[in-house]
Amino acid sequence: MKKIISVLVENQAGVLNKITGLFSRRAFNIESLAVGVTDDKNISRITIIVDSGNSVVEQVEKQLNKLVDVIKVRTIEENHMIGRELILIKVSASTRTRQDILNVCQIMGGKIDDISPTSMTLELSDTTEKVDLFEELLRPFSILEVARTGLVALRKGHGGD
Amino acid sequence: MKVRATKAIMECLLEQGVDTVFGYPGGSILNIYDELYNYQDKIHHYLTAHEQGAAHAADGYARSTGRVGVCFATSGPGATNLTTGIATAYYDSSPVVFITCNVTEELLGKDSFQEVDITGIVMPITKATYLVRDPQTIPDVMREAFAVAASGRPGPVLIDFLKNVTALNVEIDYEPLPKKKHIEEGRLAALKKRMGWGIRTPDPDLADVDKLVSWIKEANKPFIICGGGVVRSRAHREFVRFAEKMDAPVAITLMGGGGFPGDHPLATGMIGMHGSQASNIACDTCDLLIAVGCRFSDRVALDPQSFASQARIVHIDIDRAEIDKNVKTDHHIIGDAKRVLELLNDRIGRYDHAGWKAEVFSHDTHVPVEESDHMTPDQVLRTIYSKVPRDTIVATDVGQHQMWSIQHFHFTYPGQLLTSGGFGTMGFGLGAALGAKVGNPDKLVLHMTGDGCFRMNSQELATESHYDIPVITVIFDNRTLGMVRQWQNLIYHKRFSQTDLDFAPDFVKLAEAYGLKGARVENLEQLQAAMDEAIAWGHGYVIDCKIDTDEMVRPMVGGGNPITNFMLT
Repeated sequence: MKKIISVLVENQAGVLNKITGLFSRRAFNIESLAVGVTDDKNISRITIIVDSGNSVVEQVEKQLNKLVDVIKVRTIEENHMIGRELILIKVSASTRTRQDILNVCQIMGGKIDDISPTSMTLELSDTTEKVDLFEELLRPFSILEVARTGLVALRKGHGGD
Repeated sequence: MKVRATKAIMECLLEQGVDTVFGYPGGSILNIYDELYNYQDKIHHYLTAHEQGAAHAADGYARSTGRVGVCFATSGPGATNLTTGIATAYYDSSPVVFITCNVTEELLGKDSFQEVDITGIVMPITKATYLVRDPQTIPDVMREAFAVAASGRPGPVLIDFLKNVTALNVEIDYEPLPKKKHIEEGRLAALKKRMGWGIRTPDPDLADVDKLVSWIKEANKPFIICGGGVVRSRAHREFVRFAEKMDAPVAITLMGGGGFPGDHPLATGMIGMHGSQASNIACDTCDLLIAVGCRFSDRVALDPQSFASQARIVHIDIDRAEIDKNVKTDHHIIGDAKRVLELLNDRIGRYDHAGWKAEVFSHDTHVPVEESDHMTPDQVLRTIYSKVPRDTIVATDVGQHQMWSIQHFHFTYPGQLLTSGGFGTMGFGLGAALGAKVGNPDKLVLHMTGDGCFRMNSQELATESHYDIPVITVIFDNRTLGMVRQWQNLIYHKRFSQTDLDFAPDFVKLAEAYGLKGARVENLEQLQAAMDEAIAWGHGYVIDCKIDTDEMVRPMVGGGNPITNFMLT
């Protein structure tokens, strides 16, 4: 089971270090991490995905609350959130395979961002499972490069942080 | 009003009531020292021999006075020399504001001369760090740093000013603000409102308190642990009242020394690795364990699974992150020890647990005295204790002498015992003793050390001599790293790898070289004479006590073992 920790922090140099340091000093690996500024330019949201059910996670959540640069910490269960991640994926494409790649892209709701005589770069923003599937479906065409953002998430419904 | 940036820094120190600073100057912090020159009559600066000594002195000053300690150092090596001192303060929740300066903005990040990312380095060992790039933020940052250091669970904070921020031609807007209004202004006002508990002292939940009250009613074999939180909260009076009303035996942790009087009829002595038989057995057999301000470290809860296995465990702590971190508890109350104990004292009745007490006190609270033809650590401590006033402050280093000192002295008030419990820093003692004496000029200050520890920071004898800070150093000189040797003796088949220290300098001559006096003692008559001379002389004094190399700290439970598995009794 995955746990999503959503942390609102002051948008300052060094804050990300303090947060990741709480994990690294306990030799705990973060699965994914996404950082971006919120509607208030002084505040950033850090979305961290970890394996739940580990006592380290519980301890880190408590420690997060003690940092003066942290404004709010919220953990979100998978079924209570809207989570999306973005993938950019570059695949080999010849005139022979281009139409098949396009089909996959259309079925999955992706977008073509760039095209060259020998390659195509596609984009998809969706849940982690769909993004995984997208990558899987494109693998037979020979993937050249992949970039994924990691998940960003908000709670479902009207309630915010 | 417009004032020089460095002047604002000094004024902010005065707002906090700071009149004592320990430190060491250097290139990057020259501007601050230049301003300090104007404030010599208000802010007394103690120049140590090494930045580590300054850090420990500021820490010792803070622990012994209950005020926030302040320490200055320059960039690069000056700043990194502080790190052991910062970690020592962090692990024992001691409030110290460390002020360093870094290179100028245009040199930052270019591996410039004496540049180091000190805010990055000390990140895991501070409550907060501030890199000040905009001079106008000085008042806000200074006020916030002191508030963060002192509030909630106290701890060290570091402010790193870029040199250009402190340039003597930089002026900022500064309006004096009384300390009690700081929390209403600037970023502190925002911090106060936040959900987190970094800056606030959480109010105890009354339902949580009532639940413990009912458990106390049901308990037949209650047992209490007094931890460092009782000392930091200066809740010793409330704690004594609580223990007496409950009529429950009390053990102290290393950091709890001074939270509960060592000679109280309910005192069972220390608990844990070198805990007394009474403490450790009571912990194992009690039906209600109330731990106040302790964090169940691996030196107390050696084996968390079997720890107090027959008891309901209740944890009272100001730091929510400590709950269930090391030992799974059955109930907890979050709050300042003093406040929680007040609430409990108002709600509990008077109990009589004579039968349970008789059971607990049938076990030794102290190691029985053994007859010996040579001077033992026990005799050294008894002799010293008989010569000094009851309110003497004791600073220790780390190792055998530390355990012996805490087992033998009876501490009665917070700040009377200064010891590096969490971080176990050899070399802490002398700096801490100097800081304590500066903060408590009317009290006698003893520095208990070993020959290994003393050599780590003995250069602070220069500070002791120069400022005439009369501390009495007692060296338990066994010509070995005693505690490490004890482990080698018991666990490593007497393979004494690299623990012999029989190439030490002559400590008496060393003291004399710094302009102090000293004496080498090999028997109790000599020790008594040396103590008398040290007290009468009234200046720094070093007593080198020759003790046997194979003395051991008793009792002892091996790391990771159930608390009653005594390896030594």
